[in-house]
Amino acid sequence: MNKTIFTEMLENKQMTVSRRFSAPLDKVWAAWTERDLLEKWWAPKPYRAVSKSFDFSEGGHWHYYMEGPGGEKHWCLVNYMEISAPKYFTARDSFCDEDANLNPNLPGNVGRNVFKADGAETEVLVTLTFVAVDDMKKIIEMGFKEGFTMGLDQLEELLSV
Amino acid sequence: MKRMNPTAHTVMSALAEPRRQQIVELLSSKASLNASDIAGHFEVTLAAVSQHLKVLREAKVVLMTKKAQQRLYRINPQAFEELEQWSRRMKETWTTRFDQLDALLNASD
Repeated sequence: MNKTIFTEMLENKQMTVSRRFSAPLDKVWAAWTERDLLEKWWAPKPYRAVSKSFDFSEGGHWHYYMEGPGGEKHWCLVNYMEISAPKYFTARDSFCDEDANLNPNLPGNVGRNVFKADGAETEVLVTLTFVAVDDMKKIIEMGFKEGFTMGLDQLEELLSV
Repeated sequence: MKRMNPTAHTVMSALAEPRRQQIVELLSSKASLNASDIAGHFEVTLAAVSQHLKVLREAKVVLMTKKAQQRLYRINPQAFEELEQWSRRMKETWTTRFDQLDALLNASD
């Protein structure tokens, strides 16, 4: 099994996560972008991910909850921003309620997920930008609750202090 | 509502500014300093430094104590412990997640 490699730039609110998978690019891309496959690996055990709605498209979202062993539910919303299949996509990840209303009191992140084929293997590089509570409020106030298609550069500009 | 303890996200936000990172680095190498000592180090105005210190204090990255007429600033180690713990949890989550993805990719061969 390959190692998961991290780099931290926490003073810039960022962390990268990379991993090489012994599977072709199309298969890895499918696992990230198809509901049934995504549900199988996204929630770290003992949690499981259950979707309420799923639409992998720019401006679309994945509304799901993570259910713990005691039955407790944590609702999450992934807003897909930019998609360039099968090379990369960016998405905002936040906490919400059952009706997909964002929770302004919990921080989230924006992830840029890059996929690179290397023979029969695939390298995945995730760059996470952490969004603090105040920034979440800023996003909500600006009305990006639905159809969040803003580019990552624009978002970083919005969130820069 | 003010939080009692620093949180990883507020610490990161407070640090996400080059001058504040420099102030934190400076304070890490000293026991404690007052605002004008800090201003002197960077040749910036006292007002600018005070503003940065306010942000750092609100995020609990630095602590302030009054000594006679002086306000002395020092690093709050708890902020960095919180950041480290949170970072460890993030890494655990992603490691587990990617192990599960790896297993899924291999299982469907």
